[in-house]
Amino acid sequence: MSANTFETPLVADLSAPGADPALKDVRVGIVTFPGTLDDRDAARAIELAGGTAVRLWHADDDLQRVDAVVLPGGFSYGDYLRAGAISRFAPLMARIVDAAGDDGGLPVLGICNGFQILTEAHLLPGSMIRNDHLKFVCRDQRLRVENASTAWTGDFTAGQEIVVPLKNNDGQYVCDQVTLERLEAEGRVVFRYLGRNPNGSLNDIAGVTNARGNVVGLMPHPEHAVEPGFGPDSTGSGPVAKGDGTDGLGLFTSALNALVNGSSAGSATTDGGTRA
Amino acid sequence: MSEQQFHLDTVEHAAQTPDTELPWAELGLKKEEFERVVEILGRRPTAAELAMYSVMWSEHCSYKSSKTHLRQFGEKVSEEMTKDLMVGMGENAGVTDIGDGWAVTFKIESHNHPSYVEPYQGAATGVGGIVRDIISMGARPVAVMDPLRFGAIEHPDTQRVVHGIVAGVGGYGNCLGLPNIGGEVEFDPCYQANPLVNALAVGVLRHEDLRLANASGTGNKVVLFGARTGGDGIGGASVLASESFDDSKPSKRPAVQVGDPFAEKVLIECCLELFHASLVEGIQDLGAAGISCATSELASNGDGGMHVDLSSVLLRDPSLTPGEILMSESQERMMAVVDPAKTEDFEAVLEKWEVEYSWIGEVTDTGRLIIDWQGEVIVDVDPRTVAHDGPVYERPYHRPERQDEIQADHFTGSAADTGRPAGERLKEAVLELMASPNLCSRDWVTDQYDRYVQGNTAMAMPDDAGVIRVDEQTGLGVALSTDCNGRYAYLDPYAGAQLALAEAYRNVATSGARPVAVSDCLNFGSPEDPEVMWQFAEAVRGLADGCLEIGVPVTGGNVSLYNQTGEEAIHPTPVVALMGVLDDVRRRTPSGWDASADGQAIYLLGSTAAELDGSEWARLRGHLGGQPPAVDLAREKLLGELLINMSRDGMIDSAHDVSEGGLAATLSEMCLRFGIGARIGLGEVADRDGVDEFTMLFSESQGRAVVSVPRSEEVRFKDMCTMRDYPYARIGVVDVVSDALDLMGAARIPLPELREAHESTLPRFFG
Amino acid sequence: MARIVVDVMPKPEILDPQGKAIVRALPHQGVTVFSGVRQGKRFELEVDGEVTDEILATAREAAETMLSNPVIEDVVNVSVIDDVEA
Repeated sequence: MSANTFETPLVADLSAPGADPALKDVRVGIVTFPGTLDDRDAARAIELAGGTAVRLWHADDDLQRVDAVVLPGGFSYGDYLRAGAISRFAPLMARIVDAAGDDGGLPVLGICNGFQILTEAHLLPGSMIRNDHLKFVCRDQRLRVENASTAWTGDFTAGQEIVVPLKNNDGQYVCDQVTLERLEAEGRVVFRYLGRNPNGSLNDIAGVTNARGNVVGLMPHPEHAVEPGFGPDSTGSGPVAKGDGTDGLGLFTSALNALVNGSSAGSATTDGGTRA
Repeated sequence: MSEQQFHLDTVEHAAQTPDTELPWAELGLKKEEFERVVEILGRRPTAAELAMYSVMWSEHCSYKSSKTHLRQFGEKVSEEMTKDLMVGMGENAGVTDIGDGWAVTFKIESHNHPSYVEPYQGAATGVGGIVRDIISMGARPVAVMDPLRFGAIEHPDTQRVVHGIVAGVGGYGNCLGLPNIGGEVEFDPCYQANPLVNALAVGVLRHEDLRLANASGTGNKVVLFGARTGGDGIGGASVLASESFDDSKPSKRPAVQVGDPFAEKVLIECCLELFHASLVEGIQDLGAAGISCATSELASNGDGGMHVDLSSVLLRDPSLTPGEILMSESQERMMAVVDPAKTEDFEAVLEKWEVEYSWIGEVTDTGRLIIDWQGEVIVDVDPRTVAHDGPVYERPYHRPERQDEIQADHFTGSAADTGRPAGERLKEAVLELMASPNLCSRDWVTDQYDRYVQGNTAMAMPDDAGVIRVDEQTGLGVALSTDCNGRYAYLDPYAGAQLALAEAYRNVATSGARPVAVSDCLNFGSPEDPEVMWQFAEAVRGLADGCLEIGVPVTGGNVSLYNQTGEEAIHPTPVVALMGVLDDVRRRTPSGWDASADGQAIYLLGSTAAELDGSEWARLRGHLGGQPPAVDLAREKLLGELLINMSRDGMIDSAHDVSEGGLAATLSEMCLRFGIGARIGLGEVADRDGVDEFTMLFSESQGRAVVSVPRSEEVRFKDMCTMRDYPYARIGVVDVVSDALDLMGAARIPLPELREAHESTLPRFFG
Repeated sequence: MARIVVDVMPKPEILDPQGKAIVRALPHQGVTVFSGVRQGKRFELEVDGEVTDEILATAREAAETMLSNPVIEDVVNVSVIDDVEA
């Protein structure tokens, strides 16, 4: 059964200038698992960035020829067992693992619970455990973009500071020493927390990528910093009024631009109907 | 199937055995109430019927002590104030038309006692319950708020209660994907063994999606779906474990309900898909009194008849007896009425979301609610007698003996009123106030709640009101605030209820929204104490009079009684939740100035009298007595109109109401909101109002707000105040460079120092 | 060094949302033989030296009062395991 449609119009102000009309042809799949929460937000982010959001249902077997995939945040299956541990066995995840793997190169972004699913699915190394202070934390988080050459960060510059909301219970990034050293050596730490480490993550790691750079996962929520008036009260360059922080938009425009301009990490074509 | 472990008490059996002793007293029924049940039925009730009547006629479900007073909310209304009301009191939640085909439903409810017993689960299931009320109106829940009241911050048990409740509210609400946009946190010894956990949920719907809890259409099918039924919440009713009351069976029935937010999230999405495809005719959530409540309410609100086979209910615990199944308060369940032609489509949606369901009966035209258990009739009642014809008490009440004495004990001149600070010492006083448990930063609590999810939060804590966008294209949205000052209500419950209304009204208007509807959560002690009952009666009368005067209807709410330990009742705590409408939420007014406001003029609207009784300053000095601040709702309405018009016309860039902690708290919070200082001079306005600077800062006079006005707008701003004859005074200027709250000529409070004092209190106590 | 193991389970009559979610996910992996799952917690209390009866009693006490929430959980096991040399 296919996913239901969004019951209210999603996008606030499309009269705003900017987006390249070619981006509209880029189809980005937003996967909904039972318990996913930020799927509407992720779809809105894709639309605001100029692309077309396509809703995907976890139990389907078809990627609907999307050009990229976002695994949004939430508490899929209530985070029961372990965050992401049940979702990663969804039929659609098998398609995504195939398409994003070495032969595919499909751009995939995992946000928060989506990041946890990607680590459970072994598309990304490491894992997330309970925050060191044992509490859920929601705050506007300053980050540094460490790697601006992944499929999702091309519109940033390396070293750029951004502010996006962070909100989670299990956000402490952990991995073994060998993996950690490899991630650092290969520049695969994509985002790093600035200021006080919010959850005890190793080396202040907020987000990582795979070797090819098409799969990125991060704990903070860029989709909550895409629309003026509904984001954080600050950006990487300082305070702004009334929730006008939109630093998160860069992740989504990065993927769309890369796909349109055919950069190295993007332009994967996938046929969800078959599997080797 | 295991063999039945109990003797079934059928209707037939009950008719033949009129003299069987029934445990009506253990189930909480009074002798007269039980006799009334016998009179209604013309025979003794069966065990299952007794279960239904006892839970439905409880204080919690029947409002038997409060009903006679609550009527005023329906009577003291004008046509004007109810013109946008689509659904009023009595349904799961009131529904208000906000224009453009959109409607909003919201309601506040208490979950006090369960949250003391098991703070995490109590608070979690409190959120879950109120959210299901919203879903059952056909609405998508879009936000929650939670006014919380705890015992003394330094009391050892407060740790347990605070950690559990805050984690429970967050654990459930965050997992549902509902932004938490505000609430209250108060600490007072009167709530020591009676913490108050009030939870508000708000939902939005298109007019055509409105659903009501009624079972119409003979032949329509009744379905129970969601979680399975277990023994949750019936620990106290274990006498029913033996349905024939002649043998005893070891009973392990949990009094605690455990919430499953994941199941509820799936239930929300599943219900919305059902509504969207028009697959249900009527729907009701299962809360207190579970299936008893759902079946009797659906049946009596519809065509009046329903036939249910209780054996079809899916059970988590197969040892439950029919009476227990009827009383179970297992969470995350819904009951719906479905057209037989649509059952297949209905099932497809439930299967997509992997939600369990069982068809348990159908709508009839008999006017009777008949419930079978394995082929035998165990309930045969007129559903109206269960759901609506419960007892109504005119409980005696009288003004407390001590009330005159309490009201004569003014702060000014009392033993507690020593050493009022002046000059430089005002700095210490402001820091003490802003670090105090009741005015310190709530970040420790609110940082545990997701305020971003859904992407429509235009404002949340610490602003005066939470603001949510409803229509993503036009920006149409709502603002909500919950308020109450139990200390004021203790001094004068009539005025206290109106002061709660005034503050909520002011908070919503301050954000720029037009107030349209009220929901209330009335938390009081035992109604069997005539002095407590007087507090309740006065508060309801005050709130009903107040709503009529200010022109905003009460659309629903909840009463929580028996909040007391021994003889000691909590302060009367009538929490008022008020909703307002904003044509475009992007124009809302924040509660502080940012750097772009540098140089803007700061104005105080309203005037200040020496009103320190019941104030935060008096609380810091250990005093509670006298008269609460005077309330003038006509003035509040005028102030509200000013704030709304000024916001709409771009005359003000920030606005914050003056309430607990007085002007000292308002100015501190405005500076801390974005970390931008101000230079303030209070001499002139103090002279105008005939008070000293200390009183100016700490008095809690009503009808006041502070605003910042761009230079270019000052003339228009002053004209508007003059035209409406509202007092205003220029008291300072936004000053980025100062990096302080500079009370010129008296004290300079550097913002880092103010912030440190404000933000360190809760982490110091709670880690 | 020795360790005391404490196992805590949700009370049988209390809803266990985690176990419920897991048992419903298992069939998706082709595992259909299990009709129920309940998820509990295991604690390991480390003791330097011998575990005396007194220490074991203290562990039981801690298990009942702190490691479990008696309102919703039962302590189902408190026992000693000696560390196997690695």
